Formats: sequence, C-alpha cells, structure tokens
Amino acid sequence: MESEDYASGAVIGEEEIYANGRDESDPQRHRPIISSEQLDIEAYAALYTGRTKTMRLLFIADKCGIPSMELEALRMAYEEIKKGEDTQLFREIIGKINGRLGPNYALDNAWADAVDRRAESRKEKLENELNAYRTNLIKESIRMGYNDFGDFFYAHGRLGEAFKNYIRTRDYCTTSKHISHMCLNAILVSIEMGQFTHVTSYVGKAEQAVDGLDPVTIAKLRCAAGLSHLEGKKYKLAARKFLEVGPELGNNYTEIIAPQDVATYGSLCALASFDRSELKSKVIDNTNFRNFLELVPEIRELINDFYTSHYASCLEYLGNLKTNLLLDIHLHEHVETLYEQIRNKALIQYTLPFVSVDLNMMANAFNTSVTGLEKELEALITNDQIQARIDSHNKILYARHADQRNGTFQRALQTGNEFDRELRSMLLRANLIKHDYNLKGPRKY
Amino acid sequence: MNLNMHSVESLVAQIQGLSGNIGELTQLRSYLKHCDDLLRTESTRLAPLLTELDPSVHSLGYLYILEACTSAPLSKDQANELVLSIARFINVCAAEQIRLAPEKFISICKRFKEQVVLLDDPMRGVAPLLTSIRKLQSSTEQLTTLHPDFMLLCLLSKCYKIGLSVLEDDVFEIDQPRDLFLYCYYGGMICIGQKQFRKALELLHNVVTAPMPIISAIAVEAYKKYILVSLIHLGQFATSFPKYTSSAAQRNLKNFSQSYLDLVNNYSIGKVSEVEKCVQINKDTFESDNNLGLVKQVVSSMYKRNIQRLTQTYLTLSLQDIANTVQLNSPKEAEMHVLQMIQEGDIYATINQKDGMVRFLEDPEQYKTCEMIERLDLSIQRIMMLSKKLTTMNEVMSCDPSYLGKVGRERQRFDYDDFDTVHSKFNI
Repeated sequence: MESEDYASGAVIGEEEIYANGRDESDPQRHRPIISSEQLDIEAYAALYTGRTKTMRLLFIADKCGIPSMELEALRMAYEEIKKGEDTQLFREIIGKINGRLGPNYALDNAWADAVDRRAESRKEKLENELNAYRTNLIKESIRMGYNDFGDFFYAHGRLGEAFKNYIRTRDYCTTSKHISHMCLNAILVSIEMGQFTHVTSYVGKAEQAVDGLDPVTIAKLRCAAGLSHLEGKKYKLAARKFLEVGPELGNNYTEIIAPQDVATYGSLCALASFDRSELKSKVIDNTNFRNFLELVPEIRELINDFYTSHYASCLEYLGNLKTNLLLDIHLHEHVETLYEQIRNKALIQYTLPFVSVDLNMMANAFNTSVTGLEKELEALITNDQIQARIDSHNKILYARHADQRNGTFQRALQTGNEFDRELRSMLLRANLIKHDYNLKGPRKY
Repeated sequence: MNLNMHSVESLVAQIQGLSGNIGELTQLRSYLKHCDDLLRTESTRLAPLLTELDPSVHSLGYLYILEACTSAPLSKDQANELVLSIARFINVCAAEQIRLAPEKFISICKRFKEQVVLLDDPMRGVAPLLTSIRKLQSSTEQLTTLHPDFMLLCLLSKCYKIGLSVLEDDVFEIDQPRDLFLYCYYGGMICIGQKQFRKALELLHNVVTAPMPIISAIAVEAYKKYILVSLIHLGQFATSFPKYTSSAAQRNLKNFSQSYLDLVNNYSIGKVSEVEKCVQINKDTFESDNNLGLVKQVVSSMYKRNIQRLTQTYLTLSLQDIANTVQLNSPKEAEMHVLQMIQEGDIYATINQKDGMVRFLEDPEQYKTCEMIERLDLSIQRIMMLSKKLTTMNEVMSCDPSYLGKVGRERQRFDYDDFDTVHSKFNI
C-alpha cells in the first residue's frame, strides 16, 4: 500500500494513511469474488467414486438443513447405492428418505433380496476357492483369495470383516507392490470406518517399501497421512503432508479424496498453523501445489489476501466459504477451530509491525466494532500471544516489550526465596524423621 | 534416705555447697534426683527453704524445690503468689544450671502458663516465657516445648509483634513433633493477624506436609487455614499435595475440609457472586471453625486479583469498565478498591478523577539501588549458609551406624572385587 506522492520530509497526513485491508481507490485490485452460492451437489458428488460418494451425500443430507438440498442429496445417494451391493446402507437411505421422494424411491425389497442371495452364493464360492488355495499352499493365490474376500465385504458394507481380510494378506505378500496394495486397501477401509490410528500405521508401513513406490502411490499415501493428522487436530503436520502431495494424484484417489479437497484442507491448515515464512515458501511459492490451488480460486485469493495483509477481504472469503465447508465430511468438526486460529493469526500479524495501533482503524480493517475488537485483543494479550497493552481511554494499542533485565532480577530473587523456603522445610522434615527414628530405637550392630 | 527434718536441712546445705562449678552441679543433680520423692512428700513445708536460697546462684536446687512446691493444687490468691515467684525465678536463674534439669524447668513454666491463663491475664506471662525460652534453648535453631505455650500466650494477649520476632528464627531441631505442629499453627495465626501471609503460608505448609503417621486435629485445622491463606496470598490453591507429604495426610485431610474445597472451586471460576453464594451456604461451618473473618478476606482478595489481571492487559481503563469487569456495583466502589490497592502497594497506578480513568504504571523498581544490591548479597550469603548446613547434615548421616547398617545390608554379598564402600562389619 505505497502512497507514492508524498513530499519527502513531510509528515504523512491523515488522509494518506491507508487503512489496511480496505482500499477503495486502487483500481488494479480485483473486487473480491463473493461465492455464497449453494453447493452444487451433482458437481460435488461427481468428484468422488465408491462408498465415499454415498457417505458424503448422506452427510450433506444430514447437515445441510435445507429440505430441497437434502432431498436432492438423498435421491443421488439412492441411485448410487443401487449401483452397488450394500443392502444395509440401502435400508438406511430408505429410512431417511421416508417416502418423500415418491414411489420410485421406496424400499425395493425385490432388489435387496436378490442382492443378498447373490452375495451368499458369491461368499460360498469365495470360501471354497480360498480353502482350495490354502490346501495348495500357493502364496499368491491365497493372497488374492483374501483380497477378494476383503473386496467382497467392502462392497457389502461390512467394513470390519473387510479390514480383517485385507490384513490377513500381509503374511502372503511377497513383493513390495503387494505390500503397498495391502496398505492402500487397509487405509481405505480405515478411513471409511473412521479409525485414523490404523491409517497412520499403515501409511508408515507402506512408506518403508524397499524398492521405491510409484509417484501416484506416494501421493495417495501423503493424502491419507494428511487426513489422519487433520482428524487428530495436528493441523501443522496435516498442512505439511497435503502440501507435499504431487500433481500426479490427479483423479486417482477419488475413492477417498478429490484434488479440490487437497487444496482446501492444505490451505486452511497452513493458514491456521504456519508462520509467515513457511506460508510463503511452502504454499505461495510452491509450484506443485499451485496446480491444486487453481481448482479452488477463492482459496487461492484468500491466501494471497492474508499474506498481503488485506485481512477484511480474506475474512470475507472465509465467511462465505464457511457454509460449504461445514458440509465436508472430514473438515466439519475442524472448521470453527481453524477459523478461530486464522482470525487470531490475522489479528496478531496486524499488530506485529507497529509500536502503536489505532483501534478504530484496526476495527475498520477487520470489519468489526471497537468494543468487540477490544475484547478479542484482551483475550489474546492474556494468553500472551500479543505483547501489548490497551489504552482504553484513547483507544490505542501500545506494543510492550518486557524489560529483560528487570525480569531477570525479579526471577533470580524469587528463585532464591523459593530455594530458601524449600530447603528449610526439608531440613525441618529431615529432623522430624530422624527424631522419630531415634525414638523407635536404632538397632544394634 | 531418712525422712526427717534433718535431711531437709542438709538438703539446703548441699545445695548451697555444691553450686560452684559444673562438676559439683552434676553431683548435686544426682543427689537431688535421689531426694525427689522426699521433696514431693514434704512439699507443703518447703516454702521457707526458698528464702534461704539465692535463685541466681543456686538455680538448680531452687528449681527442684520450687517445682515440688508448686506441684500441689492451689487456690486463686496463691496462684497470684505463684505466678510472681516463678516469674521472678525465670528472670534471674542461671541458664547453664537449669539446662541440667530441663523437664523440671519445663514443668514449672507450664504450670506458670496455666495459672496465668486461669487468672485471665495472659499478658503477664509473655515476657517471662520469652526469657525462659531463650534460657532453655541451646541455640536459636532449637524448638523447645515452651515455644507453643509462648505463642499461645501471645495470641491470647494479642502481643503479636513479640510473637513475630520469635518466629523470625529458623527452627531446625525439635524435641517433640507435637510441639512443632502447635508452634507452626499458632505462629501461622499470628502471621495472619499481622497480615504477613507469606510467612503464614510457610508455617502452615510445614504442618500440613510434616511426616505424621496419623493425622491430628491440629493438622486438620491447619489445613483449613492453609487453604484460605493460599487463596488470599497466591490467588489459587493446588489441591494435590507435594510428594513429601505423609500418606496419612494425603488420604484424610481433604475429607474434613469439604466446604473449603468448594470455596476453592468457586474462587477459581472467577465470579464474585458465585464465591459469595458459596460463603453463604457454608457460613455455619466457617463460623464454627472461627474462620469467618479469613473467609471474608478471601472474598475481598478476589476483587484484588481481578484488578491485578487488568494491569497486564490495559494501560488505561475507565473506572466504569473496571467496575463492569470486576463485577463491582459502581465506579465509586472501583475507585475505592483501586485506591486501597495502591496504598497497600499491590499495584502501581494513578487515578484521574476528572476523566474517571485509571492509568496503570510499571513497577518502578529498577534494581539499581544500593539496597537492592545489599538484599541480593544477603540472600546469597543465606543460601550459602543453608547449603553448608545441608552438606554437613549429609556427612553426619553418612557416618551414622544405623544408616550404614541399612546400606550394608542391601548391598550384594559377594562383590569382593568391587571397591568396598561400606565396611564389612555392617554386613548382616
């Protein structure tokens, strides 16, 4: 925000001090693109395949709160589930629809029974095959047998058994490709089950592969690791993992995550947890990640705004994205925390370069009232995240740097006193114990 | 041991004869021990003997006879006489002589204290007991059985300053643990009375964490006061005991102080109305423990703490805002509180009445003055002295036969090749 036309040596006048974040006069800045549009469910669902598509649609139906959207999501979920073989989930969806979508979307018992019967016969067939392989003791066939079983259970929604069967293939894996295949399957099922501890351990196992993995697998593993860190609220680690995902990921991992998600999760976590230098080097200057960011232009804009200190527009973008982000199955619980952290970071970063800050201008920049801002700043100061003090009378924030010398003296004297007190108490107690011991009478040697 | 008047007179003669030097005195002491029964039976007739003896020269003998005289129960006017005579004796007796018979001395001092309390005039006992303590102590670090009695008299007579002066001495040697508990408890109360909360906290802490196989009523009462003083002085209370507390204390003390612990919980929430509600609910308990005054101080300390927290965040703040944040009723009340805190030195601030603003200032201490350097120097020397004490104690302990025996028992038997740190004679 340079003001290029001030006379050298003159004091910058009031009108020339630009409030950071709100610049009406510069025509080169884009007007912020407000995206408050409702989530396009079809487009969203098209990003995913497999079980996660149905689960995400169900999640949206649960959380969106708009009946038309809910019904749309449920309809799509119904059609998706009909293409698969999971009758359990089918019944659930029917229950949720509750007849609201008309007769075409009612409980189709015929279909369900047919699927179940097919499943029974397939299961028998698989069991016989597996037993045959086991007697033959051919490792490769046994491994494929267990894998098939795992796939079968997964398709039918019995995740626990699917997981067990995938794990059983471990003993029969011979090449590292087998191992990575097993790990990826295990990771897929664990994510669906929501057990992210398994995810971390299997990512670790897969990464130990002796003869390198192909880039797509590496990208997949990094995504999975990022997801598990996100669930564990370790936003910094999650951000790092997501940012390392290469563009080879493409659309290869749609059973779990779409590239838009990688961009969104990575950026938000980075914004909430990285400091300025890391943000610049790992996000803004990251050529690989740029490909992902192109897919979510609002997020790209918001990161740039944050970095260039246009906080009001950054926070505006965030606010607009919020509703849609709350519908994401993995990000849902973390949206509030991440937003709070980003806002706090913005506040801290705003005050960092200054010795004194006018609270009115700052409130303007953050699009909030002075009293509200004062409360937020008070909380940050009490938590020692900003070193400053508020002059409430004149509404100015003054930076305050603790005097190291005085602090040291004070701490030294205090430590001395504590030591004195502790030592004396200890000597007293030792004497008491000795006295008791003497009373009881020493044994004679 | 012939029991007739003849021997009583010879007693006087012995005393007068053998009060010269330490060798004679030990002889005298054994002689007097023999005559103890005699003295008891003849107690009523011993009073005239006292006139023949000079208490400052024949202290030991005088002590025995005086003790025997006073062991009989007394009437009120006799009590007055008794108090006067004991006081006189304490003032003039010779310290080395009475140290040869400490139990007798302690017994008459205790009698003295009882009488003084009965006469409802505890102040008469304060000075003599102080003298008696100083004469009985072998060093200022020793705690005698008379210390708690002295503290009690100070409390009853409200002579707190004298009590404080005795509390200044650090105590390391103790005759009886029970003395320590009572001493620290009464001492804590004196410090609370003088608003020296830091020292009170220290003393009460010593009671609560002292090694004790079973808890006593003193410990329970001390714990209650400890909680309250901790809230006033530190603004918080750690409900977990330090590791060195006895297990009996850790298990049982909390059971007796439930209402106090409730108070702690409400205090940490930070809302004054909650704390006041808690006080109202538990008013009877606090009153029956005689702690109601202290509890009121806890409530007012909450305001102080809240205002102190504000100094960390604000440079200037209006009185209205202070009143709102700290949940006071009006800016006038806020002004009063702030004024009081400035006077007591709890915060540094200036009040601008025209604008209704308070300006918080930094601690003006710059640590550059000569007094500060002296303080540092004294601190360093003190700690060096304490460390030396600790090392000496360690050395003494490592020469102690019982300690060596225990260590010797626990080391392995057949390590002949290893350097033998403990002599084999300690091996069981």
